[in-house]
Amino acid sequence: MSAFTIKMPDVGEGVAEAEVVEWHVKIGDPVREDMIVAAVMTDKATVEIPSPVAGKVTWLGGEIGDRIAVKAALVRIETYADASSDEGFASPNDTAVIEQSAEPSRPPEEPAKSPPKDNGSRQASPQKAVEKPLAAPSVRLFARESGVDLRQVQASGPAGRILREDVEQFLAQDASSATIQRGYGRNTKTEEVKLTGLRRRIAEKMALSTSRIPHITYVEEVDVTALEELRATMNRDRKPDHPKLTVLPFLMRALVKAVGEQPQVNATFDDDAGIVTRHGAVHIGIATQTAGGLAVPVVRHAEARSIWDCATEMNRLAEATRAGTATRDELSGSTITISSLGALGGIVSTPVINHPEVAIVGVNKIATRPIWDDVQFVPRKMMNLSSSFDHRIIDGWDAATFVQRIRTLLETPALIFIEG
Amino acid sequence: MKEMSCKLLVIGAGPGGYVCAIRAGQLGIDTVIVEAGKLGGTCLTVGCIPSKALIHAADEFDAIRHASIGKSAMGINAENPSIDLAKTISWKDGIVGRLTTGVANLLQKSRVKIVHGRARFRDGKTVEVETETGQQLIRAEAIVIATGSDPVELPALPFEGRVISSTEALSLKEVPKNLAVVGGGYIGLELGTAFAKLGASVTIVEATEQILPLYDADLVKPVLRRLGQLGIKVLTSAKAMGLSANGEALLVETADGRKLDIAADRILVTVGRRPRTIGSGLEELDLDRSGPYLRIDDRCRTSMRGIYAIGDVTGEPMLAHRAMAQGEMVAEIIAGKKRAWDKRCIPAICFTDPEIVSAGLSPEEAREQGYEVKIGQFPFAANGRAMTMGAEDGFVRVVARADTNLVLGVQAVGSGVSELSASFSLAIEMGARLEDIAGTIHAHPTRSEALQEAALRALGHALHI
Repeated sequence: MSAFTIKMPDVGEGVAEAEVVEWHVKIGDPVREDMIVAAVMTDKATVEIPSPVAGKVTWLGGEIGDRIAVKAALVRIETYADASSDEGFASPNDTAVIEQSAEPSRPPEEPAKSPPKDNGSRQASPQKAVEKPLAAPSVRLFARESGVDLRQVQASGPAGRILREDVEQFLAQDASSATIQRGYGRNTKTEEVKLTGLRRRIAEKMALSTSRIPHITYVEEVDVTALEELRATMNRDRKPDHPKLTVLPFLMRALVKAVGEQPQVNATFDDDAGIVTRHGAVHIGIATQTAGGLAVPVVRHAEARSIWDCATEMNRLAEATRAGTATRDELSGSTITISSLGALGGIVSTPVINHPEVAIVGVNKIATRPIWDDVQFVPRKMMNLSSSFDHRIIDGWDAATFVQRIRTLLETPALIFIEG
Repeated sequence: MKEMSCKLLVIGAGPGGYVCAIRAGQLGIDTVIVEAGKLGGTCLTVGCIPSKALIHAADEFDAIRHASIGKSAMGINAENPSIDLAKTISWKDGIVGRLTTGVANLLQKSRVKIVHGRARFRDGKTVEVETETGQQLIRAEAIVIATGSDPVELPALPFEGRVISSTEALSLKEVPKNLAVVGGGYIGLELGTAFAKLGASVTIVEATEQILPLYDADLVKPVLRRLGQLGIKVLTSAKAMGLSANGEALLVETADGRKLDIAADRILVTVGRRPRTIGSGLEELDLDRSGPYLRIDDRCRTSMRGIYAIGDVTGEPMLAHRAMAQGEMVAEIIAGKKRAWDKRCIPAICFTDPEIVSAGLSPEEAREQGYEVKIGQFPFAANGRAMTMGAEDGFVRVVARADTNLVLGVQAVGSGVSELSASFSLAIEMGARLEDIAGTIHAHPTRSEALQEAALRALGHALHI
């Protein structure tokens, strides 16, 4: 073990001191070679200070905000280098690295060569300045790519030459002592996956929606006990050609009713042109998970469909979308969207609006929860709706009014079916 | 203004810049390279390549002329040889043209986009280029500054009229009658020697005590001898003061304070090169400097994040092969690979007559660094191949650690030794010991045997001396 001092480098002409703006390490931290230990700032620039050695931090030169003079000690590091091998080997070498960066080429008339030697923290031994570890270029490359500091490797070649085998042995030792014995190994693998096809379109669409639309998300809980009773009855008594109903067809019909009263919610906003188009038709997009990712098939003219019809059409579209046979028309043209994760619905979500629409209604999971009915707690089937609106078009008040209307419709499902 | 974005922008398509761009392209990095002049930079267009073409032509002509005056020991006779320098220059231009086209093809093959025009930094991520078709704005995640260097001008001898830099010297259509060379570094000596062989009367004026001040006296001695044979006058410790009163001679102050007029219809000033850091918006970026150069670390990073610098703009040694190695490394760093500058040696060559090569440490440098050294020197006079070529001057010298026989440096001076330089640097990079070189069979008869013999001699048992 030996001590190594990183000094404040000469960070610019005429700069006598620099301010520490960030410590990347604290006392006791291990550092690798080239790891950034600190950032210092002059009036010109912020400079990151790397460690030229591997070891452990034993001392820091000040607090953040302290000004430290050029060439004064900044960090002290206890290096892992074996002191017995050759004292004069590791140390002056390291000093040279630091000071090399301070004056890579030295004009002969510059008398600046003495100060670094004078205020070095260790005694300068013979001036064997740049004694680099002796290894062939291929071995140096192998060591660098394996993250091995050649100065720590025991050489077995002639004249102290480090061979590839020496580096391999060093790596094996390192691995067996540090990791394998504990049974845990670092996994440094990374995998790059290029975004293509649907995934890329989803990425672009989501980026477009969230970058352009200021979302306001409103969450309300809905008591769906009555709705669930009705749904059970309707499913039990359904005709053979009728599909099994989920909550969604009821929600679709409720949406049709609610937008009838608040047409600004069933709209598309051409934000480049600054024009909102309110639609008479209620084309409801149903966010659907497919193997390739999210797709949004559209139940067209929900206002003209019965609840059974809505369910049938939704099932057909979902199947076609998952099978990849849905047409372009079936996958576009919605005026409002429903997002439902079914059993995975969670308690709250923050749905992303399907640009250029202005509203999306998210369905969370139904759960039986104790509800205080002014006398006692009663078990009720509760479901949250998490809905997002384009705040450029829909104010919070209107958003809340809309969701409250849907809540009323779902809590008293008969209202969904009453005309006029 | 047109705009484009890229991951990597390389400014300057010299050997550093274009290698960086090619490697980046190979690694799949979206790369743009900007060049104001011709692809290939100083090296290909006004440096290494054209000067070597001129030197070779001069050597050929000199050999034939030598034969024509009945001095060929090999029995070759020739009559009234002449040289048409304009034709030589257009032959040289043809080579340069082939190489610059080759660079363009290599860049295209690596899918690098080439933008012609002068680049100017707007900020650390944006560069404006004035192209023929208007302003082009380029935004880049990483920028590599590879702007190179320019010949230094002497205030007393600004480049105009008969005062020329190496660039103009490489395009002269006629051989000057009297050529004065100010600066006895390798560029001045290479060109001065070439023009002397082409028939000019050459005087070299060097301000320090020795020509080629960066090489030791043993290496320089054979070159000095040859300069004398060629009739080149060398004035050391002499200062070029400017043009004489009538403007037709170079005014020189000699070591003993005398003032001399040296008649010269051309004055070639080769007193060094300075980094090209002005006029490209670099001032505003306020990157840290090291003297006049951009300061870089061992990954060629400047003081600003995402901005790298390579080649001459980062300082000495200003050599194309150093810039290329830096360029390759930076491209790999930008591609996310772990790299750092860990070369043990950057060989340097003077294409003088004879040539000089130096790789690694000279004996003096090794001793200064605290090594006890063993030195082995083997003369070409004892090398069969050198004799058969009629060029026996010079030697190979090996410098090794006395304790481990690790080779620290190899130097050589002699005809054609530039081609030996690869084995010198290979030995040093691989960490060879004297025994490794001595134990490697060196083909006979070649000049390379001198390397093996030098190693043997350092071990105390040379065979052929």
